[in-house]
Amino acid sequence: MIITTSKPFEEVLQELEGEDKVFIVGCGLCSTTCETGGEDQVAEMKAKLEAEGKTVTGTTVYDEVCHELNTKRKFRENKEAVGAADSFLVMTCGAGIQSVREATEQAVHPANNTVFLGNILRQGQFTEKCSLCGDCVLEDFGAICPVTRCHKGILNGPCGGTDEGKCETDKEKDCGWTLIYNQLDKMGKLDRFRKIYGLKNWQASMKPGKVIFEKKGEGGE
Amino acid sequence: MTLLIKKHTKPGIKEIFESGTFLVSGEIGPPKGTDIDEMIEHIDLLKDKVHAMNITDNQSSVMRYPSLGTALIIKEHGGEPNLQVTCRDRNRMAIEADLLFAYTRGIRSVLCLTGDSIPVGDHKEAKAVFDLESVQLLQLISGMEAGKDTGGNELGGGVEFYKGAIVTPEAHPIEPQMIKFEKKIEAGAQWFQTQAVYDMENFKRFMEAARKINDKVKICAGLVLLTSMGAIRYMNANVPGVFVPDNLVEEMKEAPKGEALNTGIRILARQIRQCIDEKLCDGVHIMAIGKEGAVPKILEEAGVDITKM
Ligand code: SF4
Ligand code: SF4
Repeated sequence: MIITTSKPFEEVLQELEGEDKVFIVGCGLCSTTCETGGEDQVAEMKAKLEAEGKTVTGTTVYDEVCHELNTKRKFRENKEAVGAADSFLVMTCGAGIQSVREATEQAVHPANNTVFLGNILRQGQFTEKCSLCGDCVLEDFGAICPVTRCHKGILNGPCGGTDEGKCETDKEKDCGWTLIYNQLDKMGKLDRFRKIYGLKNWQASMKPGKVIFEKKGEGGE
Repeated sequence: MTLLIKKHTKPGIKEIFESGTFLVSGEIGPPKGTDIDEMIEHIDLLKDKVHAMNITDNQSSVMRYPSLGTALIIKEHGGEPNLQVTCRDRNRMAIEADLLFAYTRGIRSVLCLTGDSIPVGDHKEAKAVFDLESVQLLQLISGMEAGKDTGGNELGGGVEFYKGAIVTPEAHPIEPQMIKFEKKIEAGAQWFQTQAVYDMENFKRFMEAARKINDKVKICAGLVLLTSMGAIRYMNANVPGVFVPDNLVEEMKEAPKGEALNTGIRILARQIRQCIDEKLCDGVHIMAIGKEGAVPKILEEAGVDITKM
């Protein structure tokens, strides 16, 4: 899931300076789980903006704001409120915000910061375990990612800063390499750690990423 | 090939070891800014007292005068530089280019480090590189020595360095460290400096384990000068991989007012003596961290004179 946090309200207000008619977009998936752009947060944002003297021409919350065709369709459905707005405040991840960018000529503003692709530990607690490197090496590391769970993303073992299983950057964070070592040890696969890992291809997923699948018949669009 | 430097006047680290001499090295921490007079004083002070000088590379992720530039200054002044290269600020291309330059200017030994993380330093919002790490850096150099860069392209004239690396005897847990030590040797490391060691009993155990893994690589104990209680508190809290044990903390605490530095000097001299007398390792690396002026006194107290070794 894509983890987002809310920008401070003052920053949002600054973004909207000089634009009085605002349409708010939230997302029913990730931003709802993160409580940064679900129905409740969108209603709250509407009330706060109105208290600041803004006119909220409409709001919408739907699944997959990142789906560009979907977003264009939603905007057609809300034609009137969308047309009356001079700007859009998008309470989703960066992908959703840019999906809205494709659907309107008006100003588009981010209400959230997008922080990482995250695992859900429990409600309101998220952690990063994969950073989308494009060439997955989990097989070699006991299914614990050194690229992401080690702060430095290094591939040949812990750095000199690790201490009692914690990372040199933050004593509250596990050292990814200690986790990997313990996992491989438990599996009796320390030989994998003994093997030198050569340079990684950091361009495996070259920015901006692009994937086009061959049509697979059923289900293909 | 033309080496753009004067002929070497001093033996390199490799030759020191080959002659069976106990290596004594020091360290130069470049300043933040262009006032380099004090650094040059330190270089002049150390160049004949130690066999070689490490130059730290934006140590602790704090931006400073560059290690490569300082290595050249050391050569100009007749000293022997040991160039530290970290992977935090430069990608494989930048490192390769720097190494080409270093080789043509007569730098013969390179110490390969991963580098501290950005958040421990003074440019907390910088983008960290870590395109590679210490083991891969050793491999990169081995590859360049064989005539190719990491893009697989032939070099018109290769390099040759005496390749050093770091090992942390006081790491917890120690097992992964020891495996990494082995990997560094496999990747081409010919000698090691340890991270700061304070607990000499632990260091002995480490050396036994290390010798079992490989009894040919040279290992030098990294010894840090304790200067004050404040410095100890700072190191324990902020310097990755450094832990000053209680007995030394006590010894420093008991130092009379104004005697902290002298106590630190005495401790370090004692550690050097122990390394030599008990033949614990192949050399010592003295890290005086800003107090380079104290190094001659440390060596004198330890009874070490490299001109007589
Ligand atoms: S190796 Fe790459 S793709 Fe696999 S989990 Fe780590 S970051 Fe994600
Ligand atoms: S302490 Fe562990 S997780 Fe942190 S940078 Fe070093 S190896 Fe990576």
